[in-house]
Amino acid sequence: MALSIFVRTKKKLSHFLKVFFKKRRARIGIYGPPNAGKTTLANRIVRDWTGDAMGTVSEIPHETRRALRKENITITGVNGDSVDIDIVDTPGVTTKIDYREFMSFGLSKEEAVTRAREATEGVAEAMHWLREDIDGVIYMLDATLDPFLQVNIMMVGIIESRKLPVIIVANKIDLPEAAPNRIRSAFPQHPVVPISSLDGSNVEQLYEIMTEKFG
Amino acid sequence: MQGIQIDLISEERLARLTPMEKIRLILDDVKKGNIVVLEKGLPPEEASKLIEITMMEIMPDGFTGIEMETYPAKEVAPGLSGILNRVVGKRPEARLTVIGPANQLKMIKKEKDLISAWVSSR
Repeated sequence: MALSIFVRTKKKLSHFLKVFFKKRRARIGIYGPPNAGKTTLANRIVRDWTGDAMGTVSEIPHETRRALRKENITITGVNGDSVDIDIVDTPGVTTKIDYREFMSFGLSKEEAVTRAREATEGVAEAMHWLREDIDGVIYMLDATLDPFLQVNIMMVGIIESRKLPVIIVANKIDLPEAAPNRIRSAFPQHPVVPISSLDGSNVEQLYEIMTEKFG
Repeated sequence: MQGIQIDLISEERLARLTPMEKIRLILDDVKKGNIVVLEKGLPPEEASKLIEITMMEIMPDGFTGIEMETYPAKEVAPGLSGILNRVVGKRPEARLTVIGPANQLKMIKKEKDLISAWVSSR
């Protein structure tokens, strides 16, 4: 009883302080390796809460080659709490890009070289955003793949060193080979939310945790 | 004699370098086709810069980036010392790290105490 009064008072005080000091919206970056489903999630969040769309998706890696920002999104959890954020959909982070990989998807050499150049610029830009302009992170992983990749370990280390609040999303749970528990064991220090950004499974839980972590 | 050059860089030598000097040393070495082994890995801020600068130096039909592996960070000590470390913001330290050209170095497997890699000549 006393605890619930304390929690309600804390929430009211927090809301009052935000309104009083006109706290700016938190910029939440969606980070992760290429093809983890970052843009699919960004589109779902934006569509669910504003009715708009954000970016295009493709099976060819590095479809998102510029950080895209959608401003002024209010997310409300099932518990009634809400948070005002800007969503930043970022290019997939990697340490290597070879244009010949894109040619295997049917692109011409010229198209592949252009895509590779834009992708390298996009990754550099995403790293810059993370150091300068991001207040919280949704780190997106494909739950069908090994989460212990060096780039994931490195990125979570960078996010932790910046002391940014982070939610790890285990995406693609609609696929039979998805193993979100592998992601939980890789990052036990952070909340891990299994979802399908494609069909929307469990996305309500993500919204609720977003109001707690980014509010 | 043909072969691959491997440079093992000690923790002491790394400690004498500025962040940019470390990144330049690694990338210049890797771009020559060498494998670099750091006795102690880069802190997160420098790792972030390394990714950013690597991206800026990728060229079509040239440098395609880096492959990099490190042992997982050691667990923070349990009990009171672990709690104190967290309170003072002490993070697990980076450990031995292998870096090489992405088109020559392939990781075969990584465990908490073993990194197995395959290196090809250019």
